[in-house]
Amino acid sequence: MDKNDFLELANTDVKKCMKCGKCSARCPSFDEMDIKPHQFVSYLAEGKIDKLLVSKSIWTCLSCLACVERCPRGVAPQSVIEAIRDTVTRKAGANGLSAEDIPPILDDDVPQQLLVAAYRKYNK
Amino acid sequence: MQRIGVFICWCGSNIAATVDVEKVSEVIKQEKGVVFATNYQYMCSENGQQIIKNAIKEYNLTGIVIGSCSPRMHEATFRKAAQAAGLNPYMVEVANIREHCSWIHKDRAEATEKAIILVRTAIAKVLLNTPLAEGESPVTKRALVIGGGIAGIQTALDIAEAGFEVDIVEKNATIGGRMAQIDKTFPTLDCSACILTPKMVDCAQNEKIDILSYSEIESVQGFVGNFTVTIRKKARYVDENKCTGCKVCMQYCPSKKGLNEFNMNMNTRTAIYIPFAQAIPNVAVIDPEQCIKLKTGKCGVCKLKCSAGAINYDMKDEFIERKYGAIVVATGFKPIDLDNFNEYAYKDSKDVITSLELERLMNAAGPTNGVLLRPSDNAHPKDITFIQCVGSRDVSGCGKPYCSKICCMYTAKHAMLIREKYPDTRVHVFYIDVRTPGKNYDEFYRRAVEQYDVDYIKGMVGKVFPMANGKLLVQGSNLLDNEQIFIESDLVVLATAIEPEPSVRKIATLLATSIDTNNFLTEAHPKLRPVESPTAGIYLAGVCQGPRDIPETVSMASACAAKVIGLLVKDKLKTNPCIALTNENMCNGCSQCANVCAYGAISYIEKEFRLGGGKTEVRRVSYVNPAVCQGCGACTVTCPSGAIDLKGFSSKQIMSEVETICKK
Ligand SMILES: Cc1cc2nc3c(=O)[nH]c(=O)nc-3n(C[C@H](O)[C@H](O)[C@H](O)COP(=O)(O)OP(=O)(O)OC[C@H]3O[C@@H](n4cnc5c(N)ncnc54)[C@H](O)[C@@H]3O)c2cc1C
Ligand code: SF4
Ligand code: SF4
Ligand code: SF4
Ligand code: SF4
Repeated sequence: MDKNDFLELANTDVKKCMKCGKCSARCPSFDEMDIKPHQFVSYLAEGKIDKLLVSKSIWTCLSCLACVERCPRGVAPQSVIEAIRDTVTRKAGANGLSAEDIPPILDDDVPQQLLVAAYRKYNK
Repeated sequence: MQRIGVFICWCGSNIAATVDVEKVSEVIKQEKGVVFATNYQYMCSENGQQIIKNAIKEYNLTGIVIGSCSPRMHEATFRKAAQAAGLNPYMVEVANIREHCSWIHKDRAEATEKAIILVRTAIAKVLLNTPLAEGESPVTKRALVIGGGIAGIQTALDIAEAGFEVDIVEKNATIGGRMAQIDKTFPTLDCSACILTPKMVDCAQNEKIDILSYSEIESVQGFVGNFTVTIRKKARYVDENKCTGCKVCMQYCPSKKGLNEFNMNMNTRTAIYIPFAQAIPNVAVIDPEQCIKLKTGKCGVCKLKCSAGAINYDMKDEFIERKYGAIVVATGFKPIDLDNFNEYAYKDSKDVITSLELERLMNAAGPTNGVLLRPSDNAHPKDITFIQCVGSRDVSGCGKPYCSKICCMYTAKHAMLIREKYPDTRVHVFYIDVRTPGKNYDEFYRRAVEQYDVDYIKGMVGKVFPMANGKLLVQGSNLLDNEQIFIESDLVVLATAIEPEPSVRKIATLLATSIDTNNFLTEAHPKLRPVESPTAGIYLAGVCQGPRDIPETVSMASACAAKVIGLLVKDKLKTNPCIALTNENMCNGCSQCANVCAYGAISYIEKEFRLGGGKTEVRRVSYVNPAVCQGCGACTVTCPSGAIDLKGFSSKQIMSEVETICKK
């Protein structure tokens, strides 16, 4: 997959970003992220997909949409994160998540919402 | 039989690169009526015009067609050239083979074919053209300025300086506009009132200037040189000629809860008030929403106390009709409402304020007498955080897509003034970009950083939290450090986007001129005619046309005045001869044309017609006032009898053009 595939998947116009950082200003998971929400937007615009695919941020983003809500330019950083996460987790025909995998990796900080969302998406 | 000459322009490569100009002139030579056809690199140039003039004389041409750019660009040029060679200027037609052809096509063969069709069409029209003569209309040597901010004030002073009479219609009780509310002005930090109020006084004392304050435009009729305007003078309940501005009434008025608009509603005023000490006119006004006498019939204290006998509770709105040659719109701006920006807690905390509110908090005549105090508890703020671009550059639908242009500079100004006056404060500024082009402007901003230690943070604020300890927690991005930061602040100042004063929409409608998607008035040409509106005789000054600061506003105002003076010195204006004309024999007096005319140019007259055999009949027929008709043609398509036609654009001419286009 190349940059254009991700642009299509994210379905948000990264060129509209004016690099104000308002998305990252309010992100509740900011400290848990190696690549910050605004950087997802600029990395995608610059085609640095490889870096995004190995970012740990895709596992710490809460999908709370605060970044999307705040962006003055109508860009959706969360959609970029989502596009990367989907690509990493969803492989055709594969079962990405089974119930037995959960208990050992569970920790108290994992939000319930994330588990539900993950189950919906990755369990067949 | 007409003898037509055709001139095809290359427009450098603009046309010639896509249209085979040689082929066009060759093919067109064969057209019926054409006795001469040629092509040239720049028809509009001195040489090009000479080619036209020579051909008119040599070939005895009766009409010419130029295949070139849009007639909006050079129709006047070619008409003048034709006239110089003795041809009636209305025997000139322009076929637009640039905007309508070369610029929008890629395929050379196709574009060439289309260019030929467009030129043929123009020939079909010119074959039916008749020579027309321009009329004349007089010019009323008086100007109207709508809005008495610095833009309106400067325009009026300059027009009056040239010896013409000018009226300022200001909706508020005093002139002065936003500049009167500002404390000090960048880039020189001089006191705003000290440079503005002398100009206000000049207006009041200039015998050529009539200030109609507390007044609004009600209706506008007419056209360039001949506007008739009805002005509503709102009832101020105080006789302007009697009030001496002594303010005694204000001392006694028992209704003290009216919000003080001049101080951005941060304190209160009496029901009878003078907006600020240097108001012009320095005359009181009664706020009917707050006046106990006007609301309940009781009180009447001010009338008792006024030794000048100026108070009149029975005053009614008054309507004045005046005639003007030119109208200047200078209605200015307001900061946007912050309803869509809950993240900054503007509604939740008194200590989150807009920059204009800060101006009042810093001003000696403001609610705190110029001492910077936190609105919630009047404490001295130590940590002050500014947020730039609040609602500007926002395409999400919450704010405005444009840069408000003035806030980077005034924020640097605020930061410096605070650090100068209160060295114990820490001042932080969140910015996306710092935009400070202009003479001594970037230097000004750098002084804030380098000399005044203002903490500029590249990033935006995501949320302002009012905290239990009364402070505000500002959460934002520091993009250069790639950190999320929190700043405990006592005061948060929002550099709020500005937008045109909303009543400009109504004004634009009354003046039949246009506004853009952001409600800014549109200029006739963004580069070459920036102070004229597209409607003749209507000019634009100040922020009503786009965001700008005082130096730019004043330049624009003076430019505007120059344009107005250029119009008013003329005794007569040439009028467009391409206007509607009624064929009285066909008119059945149905009134449909008058109903559709947006300019009120059509009226009805009773006219006597001979029926033959010595008998006569009186019939009602439509009459077009040639001075008022704008030649829009709305009436011609409305008339059920086909009795009304446009000179220079007759139905016959247009049908002939359509037929030519459709012919294969
Ligand atoms: C917080 C802040 C600080 C600023 N600081 C500076 C600075 O330091 N230096 C600087 O150069 N610039 C500064 N500016 C910009 C400056 O205020 C403007 O450039 C200037 O006021 C524009 O003048 P104007 O006459 O176009 O508009 P305005 O000042 O808005 O005046 C318009 C006038 O028209 C009247 N009006 C509106 N509608 C109607 C109507 N329908 N009928 C009749 N009258 C009407 C209004 O009542 C008003 O009196 C600042 C702006 C803000 C918001
Ligand atoms: S959606 Fe993800 S990136 Fe966006 S603010 Fe929430 S946690 Fe942060
Ligand atoms: S908030 Fe929007 S414009 Fe600002 S950096 Fe994030 S994505 Fe870009
Ligand atoms: S209304 Fe009368 S009392 Fe009030 S300021 Fe005017 S003159 Fe003085
Ligand atoms: S002038 Fe500065 S603060 Fe104002 S909108 Fe433009 S960039 Fe933002």
